[in-house]
Amino acid sequence: MTTFYSEESANRRNSFLLALVVVAFLAVFGFVIGYAIGYANGDPVLWGIGALAIAVAVGLLSAMGSYYGGDQLVLASSHAQEVTREQSPQLFNVVGEMAVAAGIPMPKVYIIDDPSPNAFATGRDPQHSSVAITSGLLSKLTREELQGVLGHEMSHIRNYDIRFTLIVGVMVGSIALLAQLFLRYTFWFGGGRRSGNDNNSGGGGLAIVFLLVGVVLAILAPIFTALVQMAVSRQREYLADASSVELTRNPHGLETALAKLAADNESLHSANGATQHLYIVNPLKKLGGGSDLFSTHPPIVDRINRLRQLTGDPPMDPSEVRQLTGLE
Amino acid sequence: MLVPIIIIVVLVVLVVFVVGIYNGLVTKRNRVDEANSQIQVQLKRRHDLIPNLVNAVKGYMDFEKGVLTTVTEARAGAIAAGAQGPAAQAQAENVLTGALRSLFAVVENYPQLKANENVLSLQEQLTTTENQISFSRQHYNATVLEFNNSLQVFPNVLIAGPMGFTKREFFEAEPEAAEVPVVNLG
Repeated sequence: MTTFYSEESANRRNSFLLALVVVAFLAVFGFVIGYAIGYANGDPVLWGIGALAIAVAVGLLSAMGSYYGGDQLVLASSHAQEVTREQSPQLFNVVGEMAVAAGIPMPKVYIIDDPSPNAFATGRDPQHSSVAITSGLLSKLTREELQGVLGHEMSHIRNYDIRFTLIVGVMVGSIALLAQLFLRYTFWFGGGRRSGNDNNSGGGGLAIVFLLVGVVLAILAPIFTALVQMAVSRQREYLADASSVELTRNPHGLETALAKLAADNESLHSANGATQHLYIVNPLKKLGGGSDLFSTHPPIVDRINRLRQLTGDPPMDPSEVRQLTGLE
Repeated sequence: MLVPIIIIVVLVVLVVFVVGIYNGLVTKRNRVDEANSQIQVQLKRRHDLIPNLVNAVKGYMDFEKGVLTTVTEARAGAIAAGAQGPAAQAQAENVLTGALRSLFAVVENYPQLKANENVLSLQEQLTTTENQISFSRQHYNATVLEFNNSLQVFPNVLIAGPMGFTKREFFEAEPEAAEVPVVNLG
């Protein structure tokens, strides 16, 4: 039997493994780049080991940074403001209810002042967690729908999804940053050095090969990590929807909340590529149906149909779908 | 020389195994206790909120003194039953839940009350407390299920009894919950 406790330990393990894989990847990546640059400068092994050390240090620092400070980074970059119980009593109450249902401590509550409806949870564990909801979503939902949405977020917290997605986000971000730096600098170093080192022309060809490998890695790295991030986060969304119903015992609240989320096509201004996988629905743009390779979220119609299965309701028919997404 | 070593190794493995099961059971039992204390916290909170609510609506509801008296008496009964064990407590708390429901039904008939900021805020607070009570019971039952399961599966069942672990009781739903549920679609 899969319980939330086993889901939790799988996430803890995967968070650690992911950090390890990314650090190992950075080590190889750093060595190749260093070796390539070193080849042009005459001492490939020294450059290779030097770059490896730097890459591993960057990887470890970003892993630790994302573990301890990633949530604050995410909240700040989303322009989320912490609110008190007095400012938003009902939101606080519903968060409290769902925290009790999930058996976790009360998370901190944030509001993002944006009309686009959305919500996310972040943090490293249930003791250090936060939920954020846009003012647009808060004003559109009834109490029951709010329960459904916050139940979804609470299960992300309870299952340690928040830790995993936090590390994914920051690590993916740091790989992308490194790749960018690399692309910029190899063209300066590699290009400039080779022309002045004509006596070493035999090695020049190999250096070019290494540079090419480096460039290919730099291009592939972000795409690869983004694919992992997306594939992983879609399953999480289905699971969190199901867990939300497990907590609220009311599939209709989340179902109508999802319909309201789907009906709005406005993008959330403060969201970006490194944070989009955190949200309950994709904040960047909502393309109608079709769950394609590059989507971080399953299509909402699919999510609603899965919830309807729980109550034995028939799935949405095509006219309902058209009405919901506003597409012809 | 080899035989004693094998015996020692087997014993060590066995001890590690038993300690692992024991610690797992203790963790789960503590989760059950923690979940139970959550329920108590919410019940206490409801008891504390009720006098405020009664005071807030008293002035408006001269003709419905009976409802207020029922609520006040049910509250006193629930507090008293707190010391009489889980079954008596659950029953008294269910009486209180029923009394509060009829109070809120009556409030619906008074437009001034429905518009009163203080009453609205108390109503929201009691709604959330009611929800927290039922959610904490739900969570309690989930932890009890987890604990009881791990007591009864093999090989834990060999160790649990002799080490003094006993099955916990589920929180039983109030009888009316067995009737057809009314789903409010908002």
